[in-house]
Amino acid sequence: MERPSWAPEDIDLERPSVARVYDFYLGGSHNFAVDRELGRRVIETFPLLPKTLQENRAFLRRAVRFCVEAGIRQFLDIGSGIPTVGNVHEVAQQVDPTIKVVYVDIDPVAVAHSRAILKGNEYATAIRADFRQPEVILSHPELQRLIDLRQPVALLLVALLHFFPDTEEVQRTIARFRDALASGSYLVISHASADTQPTPLKVAELYARSGTPMAMRTKAEIARFFEGFELVEPGLVLGLDWRLEPEEAVDDNPERHSGYCGVGKKP
Amino acid sequence: MTGLDHRTPAGSGRGWVALPSGGGRPGVDTFARVWATTIAGTSYVPLSSTELESFLRDLAGRIIDALLDDTFDPQVGYEVGRTLVNAHFTSPETLGRTVAVLGNRLLPQLGLSYVEGPDAAELASRLAMLQGSLASGFAEALRDRTLDEQEAIRQAVLLAREEAQYALRASEARFRAVFAGAAIGIGIADPDGRILEVNQALASMLGYTVNEMRGLNINSLRHPDEPIEMQQIFQELAAGGRDHIFLEKRLMRTDGQAVWTHLTASLIRDEDGTPRYQVAMFEDVTERHQLQERLRHQATHDPLTQLPNRTLFFERLNEALRSDDPTLRVGVCYLDLDGFKVVNDSLGHDVGDQLLVAIANRLVQCVSVGGHLLARMGGDEFVILVAPSRDTASAIEVADAALRSLEEPVRIAGHELTVSASIGVVERPVAGTSVAEVMKAADITLYWAKSDGRNRWALYDPERNAREVARYTLSATMPRALERGEFFLEYQPLVRLTDRTVIGVEALVRWRHPQHGVLRPDRFIGLAEETGLIVPLGRWVLAEACREAKRWQQKYPGQAPFVSVNLAVRQLHDRGLVGDVSAILSETGLDPSCLQLELTESAVMGSAGPPLDALHELARMGIRIAIDDFGTGYSNLSYLRRLPVHTLKLDGSFVEGLRPEDASDPVDEKIVSTLVSLAHTLNLTVTAEGIETSAQEERLRDLGCDCGQGWYLARPGPPEAVLAFS
Ligand SMILES: C[S@@+](CC[C@H](N)C(=O)[O-])C[C@H]1O[C@@H](n2cnc3c(N)ncnc32)[C@H](O)[C@@H]1O
Repeated sequence: MERPSWAPEDIDLERPSVARVYDFYLGGSHNFAVDRELGRRVIETFPLLPKTLQENRAFLRRAVRFCVEAGIRQFLDIGSGIPTVGNVHEVAQQVDPTIKVVYVDIDPVAVAHSRAILKGNEYATAIRADFRQPEVILSHPELQRLIDLRQPVALLLVALLHFFPDTEEVQRTIARFRDALASGSYLVISHASADTQPTPLKVAELYARSGTPMAMRTKAEIARFFEGFELVEPGLVLGLDWRLEPEEAVDDNPERHSGYCGVGKKP
Repeated sequence: MTGLDHRTPAGSGRGWVALPSGGGRPGVDTFARVWATTIAGTSYVPLSSTELESFLRDLAGRIIDALLDDTFDPQVGYEVGRTLVNAHFTSPETLGRTVAVLGNRLLPQLGLSYVEGPDAAELASRLAMLQGSLASGFAEALRDRTLDEQEAIRQAVLLAREEAQYALRASEARFRAVFAGAAIGIGIADPDGRILEVNQALASMLGYTVNEMRGLNINSLRHPDEPIEMQQIFQELAAGGRDHIFLEKRLMRTDGQAVWTHLTASLIRDEDGTPRYQVAMFEDVTERHQLQERLRHQATHDPLTQLPNRTLFFERLNEALRSDDPTLRVGVCYLDLDGFKVVNDSLGHDVGDQLLVAIANRLVQCVSVGGHLLARMGGDEFVILVAPSRDTASAIEVADAALRSLEEPVRIAGHELTVSASIGVVERPVAGTSVAEVMKAADITLYWAKSDGRNRWALYDPERNAREVARYTLSATMPRALERGEFFLEYQPLVRLTDRTVIGVEALVRWRHPQHGVLRPDRFIGLAEETGLIVPLGRWVLAEACREAKRWQQKYPGQAPFVSVNLAVRQLHDRGLVGDVSAILSETGLDPSCLQLELTESAVMGSAGPPLDALHELARMGIRIAIDDFGTGYSNLSYLRRLPVHTLKLDGSFVEGLRPEDASDPVDEKIVSTLVSLAHTLNLTVTAEGIETSAQEERLRDLGCDCGQGWYLARPGPPEAVLAFS
């Protein structure tokens, strides 16, 4: 739902919010009855979803660590959601407390909550903006305060892009970010895919009915989002296959439904 | 307290098995691994499996310590439960599996499952208590966490709402500023037209304060001259029949002046689609409008007289004719000044222009009474549009009044100028006519008024027009008729009255027209004179008559009659006349004395210079010259004396009055006898035309008239008939 900046959206608690439903999946209580209702219905059709999302969070964690090890000291996490545990700034600042993290989300409640959590953390902030307005995000004073765009940045678009059915638009938007980022920057994407879901249409339909359209893209479609980036090993793969730490226990459940995950580097 | 000291080796009173302390004990690591596998994936925790294992190893150590401690403290279980939740093991399933794995696997992993007796009971009781306190610690921490998170998310909602409110207020303030400061006038009304809000620009545009306008009805801003359809459009908008209006609308200022605006109005509906507001934006275009009006005025008015010009006239005429009311009539008076060119040429354009202005003023005054449109068509042409017209008489009245208004002389630059005008009047029902037809008729009628003698009006007359059209077509087809030999001659005898001998014949031309049959000369000679065809036609007549006369001469040498041929004025003025005649005579071999040429009195009398020379030359050649229709024109008798004339042909009107003896008109008798004796004095012979009775013949003979012509004596006939007389 797009709104010009002069007419702020009212906070409608009668409708589920993607951010809060996601929190519910992850076992959080930052959610309301409507959110839980949608969450439970989705879980009914797709019982493994919470596990899938845990895998997604695990990928996020590994990807952040990877970027930190690669020397990245600035993170731009778009569609960051409601902070639970293992958030980007926690993972990154564990290694280097001066790593800068800017969270961006369109959900005003998620942003307000993020701000509350980040109170006192001078290297992390949260802003409310729309992913589809890169210029607004990149020129936001909060971002400008923390991030030096002449230095490499890790741009995280994790579990976000499947909420935009217009592939062209996503492509264009990513390109605009890419052009604004310094060489050596990273793009981190995870994306739900019909290839890996047993009931993709059902899930999408439940979301669509609650007002959020979803687009489960194919692997090839997702790969195209990395245009202008070089995928690092092992490329675009299922979450569980992306740089799993050797000692990490593989789930005993052989079914794998996580979306496609990948990290690309701007040459 | 002697409690269980797991650090003391086994063999104490209770037979307690000695185990290494905490994490160092064998079995702790294995148990931790089993525990980790059991609860992995039940809750989302940001830990790798190694991290998870080490986290659980610590917890397992604490549980085992508590289990084997001398002084048993079940509180440890409680702490472990809380720790789990704090690490985000928030799923009930984690708790369930943890309790189960403690009960089923802890003692076997520690190698204590063999313990029996009271120690076994003590162990089981301790384990159960630890499980219980772990569950309550877990539950309590989860409840705390849940409540905290709920509190946190609610706070976030409040915060977000506050921010949204703040943004909304900022945006409202921004809008208010935009609304108030916009250069364009904006007004908001409810569906009934009651004004809710206006901005400064609109208030200033109309001369109100913003406050004064609130509560007014938009209808009160209407200009009284606004067409009624305009209101309907607005009613449609208010009723929801249309959602937008774009139009030019006139509003009324508080000072009564009109303000022209470009208006864009929209209907704003609520979610159910019910009309809520009308929003209108007004751009003041008064200046632009005035400029347009000025331009339009310029385009439709004559700069000299300020009268409407032909463009406007045609516009109005068009409008009048477009009406579909069949009873309506329209009148057009097409007026052209008589002799205006003379004024212009002699007194200069400046005076001419002033004269036009003065005349325009007179005409305006005279037409404005009836509310008719007066336009200047260009030059000295004006037109009055009477629309609607009551009847023909009223249109004629307008024309009359216009003529009368010009009677008084006009004073310009010391000159007293008298101008008259000719007017073509066309008046007819609007149905079944067109602008082109009306204007063509007006043009023709104006020409009639001119040719009828100017300073008058003429009324369009379709019959007259039809006649003229026929005349026109006739004259247009005449040249081809001459080529095709459609003309022929008849001959009427000229009879000597003393002995009734035929001494000559008059050649009379006829046209055997393919559609109209045989036409007499009065139908086409006039036309031929106008078009100039008379010259070749006359030449043909002369040649034909001479050829015929020669034939008679050959048949009856010395006795055949001479032939008399009419000569038109145009022919007399034609420089080739003498050459043509002598050529024809030599071609046909006719003796000049056998040819008589008849000219009208006026043709002969007015002649001077070359035409007169030609006449003398013809007479010298031995050709007889007769004056035709004598007595109808003005004759200078003394002049007549010096002309080479041989015969007078007395006009038939004099003959008409002659009757037997006493019934005769004494004046006519007197005139005829005087003319005859006068002619004889001048050595001229007299031929009387138009003899229709024996009494007339007798009287003429008695009065001494030499010859006669007329139906009573002989009708015109073909050449063969002439031979019969001879
Ligand atoms: C499924 S959550 C992902 C959270 C987090 N990135 C993760 O993977 O754990 C998607 C988030 O994207 C946010 N979002 C949806 N549309 C957005 C947009 N147009 N711009 C920014 N954020 C958006 C939602 O509010 C939600 O918080």
